[in-house]
Amino acid sequence: MINVATGAVVATIAIPVASATILAMVPYWRLAARLNVFVSLATLVDISLLLLRRPTSNALFLVDDLNIVFLLLNGFVGFTTSIFSAGYIAYELETGNLTPRYLRFYHAMYQSMMAGMNLALITNNLGLMWFGIELATLATVMMVGIYRTHAAVEASWKYLILASVGIALALFGTILVYLAAEPALGAGMDAMQWTNLLHNASLLDPAMLNVAFIFLLIGYGTKAGLVPMHAWLPDAHAEGPTPISAVLSGLLLNVAIYVILRFKVLLAHSSVISEPNDLMIGTGIVTLLFAAIMLYRRRDIKRLFAYSSVEHMGIIAFAFGVGGTLGNVAGLLQMMMHSLTKSAIFFTVGHVAQAKGTQKIADIRGLTSSHPLLGWMLVVGVVAIAGLPPFGIFTSEFLLITSTFAHAPILAVVVGLGILLAFGALIGRMTTLCFGTPSPGSQPVRASTTPILLHFGIVLFGGLALPVFLYDWFAHVALLLG
Amino acid sequence: MMVTLINSILGPNGALSLAHALSGALVLVSFMMLYQDRLSAVINVLALHSAVLGLAVAWQAWIQAEPQLYITAVIALGFKAMIIPLALHRIVRRLNIHREVEAAVGIGLTMLAGMGLVALSLVVMLHTAAHSAVLAREDVALALATILLGMLMMIARRNAVSQIAGFMSLENGLILAAAGAEGMPLVVEISVTFSIVIAFIVIGVFLFRIRERFDTIDSTALDAFRGELQ
Repeated sequence: MINVATGAVVATIAIPVASATILAMVPYWRLAARLNVFVSLATLVDISLLLLRRPTSNALFLVDDLNIVFLLLNGFVGFTTSIFSAGYIAYELETGNLTPRYLRFYHAMYQSMMAGMNLALITNNLGLMWFGIELATLATVMMVGIYRTHAAVEASWKYLILASVGIALALFGTILVYLAAEPALGAGMDAMQWTNLLHNASLLDPAMLNVAFIFLLIGYGTKAGLVPMHAWLPDAHAEGPTPISAVLSGLLLNVAIYVILRFKVLLAHSSVISEPNDLMIGTGIVTLLFAAIMLYRRRDIKRLFAYSSVEHMGIIAFAFGVGGTLGNVAGLLQMMMHSLTKSAIFFTVGHVAQAKGTQKIADIRGLTSSHPLLGWMLVVGVVAIAGLPPFGIFTSEFLLITSTFAHAPILAVVVGLGILLAFGALIGRMTTLCFGTPSPGSQPVRASTTPILLHFGIVLFGGLALPVFLYDWFAHVALLLG
Repeated sequence: MMVTLINSILGPNGALSLAHALSGALVLVSFMMLYQDRLSAVINVLALHSAVLGLAVAWQAWIQAEPQLYITAVIALGFKAMIIPLALHRIVRRLNIHREVEAAVGIGLTMLAGMGLVALSLVVMLHTAAHSAVLAREDVALALATILLGMLMMIARRNAVSQIAGFMSLENGLILAAAGAEGMPLVVEISVTFSIVIAFIVIGVFLFRIRERFDTIDSTALDAFRGELQ
């Protein structure tokens, strides 16, 4: 008899895969959108089961403190985005931007992407981890190009080429990790199994691991949007459908960082000395500063928030590079809070763009007077993402800067400066977007506000009263990260 | 038995020498790709590149006694050395692409950079892989050289078809590394996945031109469509 917990593990991938097949064949888009919401909820429930009864890990699957957080986040944001998506595509069909035929494809790709991400998160095998990221990438590439405009096809092409190179380099890194392990662990699947590598970390060849990590950081860093491999990210966010922007920023970037973390744990427990941390600190700072400056030059609202995602990925990479209990806790908290906030912002921005019929920042003004609910939600979102209290991102950034200040004051100042720069750009844009006299030409829009409020509620809760058990949990994971 | 036969002909470690010779040939063909100035020549060199990879992987399958690697070899010889080059030739003909390679970086400079990259990968990998098996060590060094040359090709050449050629030679380097890593699992699955990606890229280029979205598939022209640059 199959154990309940093992069944739940298999279902995290089987539910999205099966529903992708079914959704590809459902011709009625209303039914398909509802079905998409339903199966996303089913996946979330299934992942929650894992929380209650954790399966013992085997050669293929692993559920531990680190990935259960991201699995839950994946299930949750996947579910809320499916709700937003249902309203969003209804409007896109009305305006004729999308046709029902494309929607079958869209829903199938949505679930394939979820399957890929869940696989990358839950697997214990480094090769399957790579395959999961690859699957999620290909699915999102196709969704980014779904509008078939010049810009969408260009964004999709650029994403495909850059992500393919990134993924190729990540695979080379994985091969090098295998080569580092093979002399000690023997040939075959054993040397690709993460838990096995961790238990024998001291036997792995440190020089080889070091080189491998460089390739892994560049490769998976491409997927996470780390500079200088970030070029696909703003285009893909701006030109694809907004639900995809929300899951790209909210989930796929996180999954890429998660995979980097898995390798970082291996290095932390091997005899490699501190080099990965310096690499992550360097990449993080460059990414943060670059994105913060680029924020000032944005004229497209979705590109603006895409660069803000790049900025946050920089902060996250920096946080894990600094490491230590506080640095790692800050990184994990930042990942969670950024994911929830940014996806909610994209939900809002999606409705705003539909209401205004444009994504150009110059053509959107005075939202709080023309669309009070949307306008104020955007204000809340920007305040949260810019790192102001009382929201969760303030907590994590404060934690990060204070802990860095203790042993590397100069770094703390540089990061603080980057965050302030980004803060200035975002708040400046927000005032013109949300206040003042409204710009002409706006339609009322049926906004699905529940997911947005739900996300902001959690982020607010995380900022006001981070529960002790959550902090303890993160601290426990932080120990593993080293 | 074959291995001992080869060893008796080529001297001790002859089997390894042949493996290294094939890997070295792959790097050489990568260089050939860099100095072509006509697109059809680039595509032909790509076919040669994939054929050499096919032979190298087949040889690895033989000396490691890993029969599943033959599938990867067949994919390289059939799909990447024949079907894709034919499709690319067809794209160049049908889409009336400019027949010359447009270089972002001059050929002389590209070759110099290429030599630098090969030297770099040999120094880095031979040094770090000092403890690995001889087969894996030199193989992975040459594979890295192929990967870096593929990236160079993608950066230094503008046209979308030569970028595809660059990506495919990069990917050939990866498959070489994976096949050379003794007993590495999932190699076949990985090569199948990459074939799907390549098919994607090629079909994408073809489809979007058919729909006449672009006047050219030179990817710098694509940049002009971005709303933000102006």
